[in-house]
Amino acid sequence: MYPYIPTTREDEQEMLKSIGLNSPEDLFSDIPKDLQLNRELNLPKSKSELEVSSYLTALANKNCSISELTCFLGAGAYDHYIPSIINHIISRSEFYTSYTPYQPEISQGTLQYIFEFQTLICNLTGMDVANASLYDGGTAITEAALMAAAHSRKDEIIISKTVRPESIQILKTYAHVQGLKVIEVDMKDGVTDLEALDGLVNDNTAAVVVQSPNFFGIIEDLKATSEIVHKAKKASFIASVDPISLAVLKKPSELGVDIVVGEAQGMGIPVSFGGPYLGFIAARSEYMRKLPGRIVGQTEDKNGKRSFVLTLTAREQHIRREKATSNICSNQGLNVLAATIYMVTMGKEGLKEVALQSTKKAHYAFEQLTKSGKYKPVFDKPFFKEFAVTSDLCPENITKELRKANIIGGYNLGKDYPQLENAVLYAVTEKRTKDEIDRLSSVLEGIK
Amino acid sequence: MRKYDKLIFELSKPGRKAYNLPELDVEDKCIKNFIPEEFLSDSEVNFPELSEVDVVRHYTNLSNKNYGLDTGFYPLGSCTMKYNPKINEDTARYDGFANIHPYQSEDCAQGALQLLYELDKSLAEIAGMDKMSLQPAAGAHGELTGIMVIKAYHENNGDFNRNKIIVPDSAHGTNPATAAMAGYKIVEVKSTKEGLVDIEALKAVVGDDTAGLMLTNPNTLGIFEKDIKEIAKIVHDAGGQLYYDGANANAILGHARPGDMGFDVVHFNLHKTFSTPHGGGGPGAGPIGVKKHLEEFLPVPIVQKEGERYFLDYNVPHTIGKVKDFYGHFGILVRAYTYILTMGSDGLKKASEIAVLNANYMANKLKEHFYLPIDTLFKHEFVLGGLKDTLSEVTTLDIAKRLLDLGYHPPTVYFPLIINQAIMIEPTETESKETLDEFIDAMIQISQESKDNPQILKDAPNNTRVSRPDETKAARSPILKYEG
Repeated sequence: MYPYIPTTREDEQEMLKSIGLNSPEDLFSDIPKDLQLNRELNLPKSKSELEVSSYLTALANKNCSISELTCFLGAGAYDHYIPSIINHIISRSEFYTSYTPYQPEISQGTLQYIFEFQTLICNLTGMDVANASLYDGGTAITEAALMAAAHSRKDEIIISKTVRPESIQILKTYAHVQGLKVIEVDMKDGVTDLEALDGLVNDNTAAVVVQSPNFFGIIEDLKATSEIVHKAKKASFIASVDPISLAVLKKPSELGVDIVVGEAQGMGIPVSFGGPYLGFIAARSEYMRKLPGRIVGQTEDKNGKRSFVLTLTAREQHIRREKATSNICSNQGLNVLAATIYMVTMGKEGLKEVALQSTKKAHYAFEQLTKSGKYKPVFDKPFFKEFAVTSDLCPENITKELRKANIIGGYNLGKDYPQLENAVLYAVTEKRTKDEIDRLSSVLEGIK
Repeated sequence: MRKYDKLIFELSKPGRKAYNLPELDVEDKCIKNFIPEEFLSDSEVNFPELSEVDVVRHYTNLSNKNYGLDTGFYPLGSCTMKYNPKINEDTARYDGFANIHPYQSEDCAQGALQLLYELDKSLAEIAGMDKMSLQPAAGAHGELTGIMVIKAYHENNGDFNRNKIIVPDSAHGTNPATAAMAGYKIVEVKSTKEGLVDIEALKAVVGDDTAGLMLTNPNTLGIFEKDIKEIAKIVHDAGGQLYYDGANANAILGHARPGDMGFDVVHFNLHKTFSTPHGGGGPGAGPIGVKKHLEEFLPVPIVQKEGERYFLDYNVPHTIGKVKDFYGHFGILVRAYTYILTMGSDGLKKASEIAVLNANYMANKLKEHFYLPIDTLFKHEFVLGGLKDTLSEVTTLDIAKRLLDLGYHPPTVYFPLIINQAIMIEPTETESKETLDEFIDAMIQISQESKDNPQILKDAPNNTRVSRPDETKAARSPILKYEG
């Protein structure tokens, strides 16, 4: 017997008999003989819970965790504080073992938290409408760009080189199969070169994508960018943002942004070796019927009671098939719940405190690291919680030395930007303490 | 049960807080010293103010409005709502898995990479494929990645004229949507009376413009495409590639493999076949597997092993590029690997056996009371065509809503599109005979009610917190956020 299969041998015999079969093999008699796998799968035999957990514990222990080490690594995945109530609530099996809320009568819990999530994302970004989430921040940029191309019926996507490199690569992969052109606009002192952008925007421009704070942690001038983008008719201005930064920075809606996307991992979701995370997309109302993925709306039931349903489904694959706005059919469900709980738990004050503490600590770290002159700033621009410094040392060596001191060092920028060889990007969240930052600084000073 | 109808925003009260952070321990300089005022917001974020108790009680009450797999039977066809083992939830939360940064150096993540490598090997063995990419975030994302791989293969052969993907009329909606998203035209091929791909119709549509065929086997009617080898030959002879939609893989684990049937690319839905939770809509995972000739097109990075060292390989000659941030839904992959280790080769095989047995047992009992358009040996699921009395005013929707009153999550309804009044039932292997019998009795009761008291079905559900929310109204005058 297997713990997840309740059928007894007796049940099995009785059931086989009731359908007129003799043996379990008869259940597969419709599969041509030469296609039947007439051997065991080449996998280990079933194991007990104790054996499985001890094997996986051993594998997990081979990794260094950021709860044991001190993490100054970010570059798209951040070590922010996660309130403990999140794990308790998302562990309720009424949430995590439920399906997509296609039956609204028994899914009001899921539907309502998605509606709350959409509201919170709209409040944060200043946009009119948000969907129920996308896979991650990188694919969210691509989905936004595809939506802009459909909206404008144009085929050039301009993206800044200061956008997270993996996001640019994802966009290129999708653009290739859709026959869209991706044009990268250069950077100048760590921000989008607006003069260069001005020269690239024209009547073929479907969208311009900028990230702020950008990959180097620097705040981009979205307002000035927007003025350039909107010289082109029907072009959409897409901004990828760190949602936590919006507790202190101006809302994208005030800066002329049309579509806001981003990665919400920092809001209550563990770094978990890169996933699952939480992409979001929000836009001005004119894009409402072109958004990809699920959207929840408020309505009334037959007795006039407020209820929630999946809505505007005429955009989606299960209704429209090949005419759908995207092939996406899932959302990040449980991670939407995690981020929703995060936002309402931190609330108005908490999100701001996280943003302010991260900024202040990042700037303290920047001052400490660049004090002696051994490590020099790479850019001279205002940043949020990440900054780049460079030195004569090779980044791999720095990582190794920091690791010996139980510190996870920054991101090696030279991997993506040959001109930034030896530059390292450090992230500092509200979780880092002054002592930890001082220790980072002193270990870095000591590296030869 | 407690009546509770509030939105979180309606609980807000100025001055409450649900969090506590340590005091700032570096010098507290004004933010304006760091960020120019023109970038700074002059308004507050409009978030609610609550206590921790408010938050916990609110979401606990919301959870009570949900029906989960742990609540009861969920015979949702094509979705494989099997039990989500609790140990999977524990392992994904191990400190050494949940709290590792995707960019930390490879020597600090050998355990994670080893897990990915072993999962890759296991899934490839189950699928009969040579190499997997674990990156796709969901089934639809796996489909898109797989179709991109096929496109790259044709392009690398200098073959730019293949602009069509063939899908059967019984296919999942994601198949045509995916092919369109990958820049293809869609050709639909009809099914025979027996619910199988019409071979002659297929022959008529393949040609030198065929990029590939997307197929699920067993198909969405729960029937094994017995002519799959011939189908594969027709498509391959025309120069096309075969894509396997793994939504229905729970029927064949350890019994047959897509790779042996002639498929070139497959995806699995780990949240279906490999027991990871559906999470109210996600996150899932949709890894793909390919045959040797397509390996060089896989998205980067792939997981490789050299000696005793595991590493992420970005050096894939004709890679389609990146499709996802980082390396995929690692937390979901940990759960799926936990399941594979637990079940082993013997348990997976047994799971498919019982899944198929349960479906056939139910079909056989229910066909006495409902219309079974195609009566054959099924795999893991079967499709009813509503009531036997086709003149009845009771529709499949009414049946589904009445099942809610009787304590069940209804089956998938109105899909596949080729069956009128479709009710698609997939019991999975994790349900006992007693559960199946109780559900069968509930269905028989409904069939009787449709004759004796159809109004009860028209009015259903009556025992739920809301009943038949107005979807037309929701779409016509959309309210997509709380306005206060």
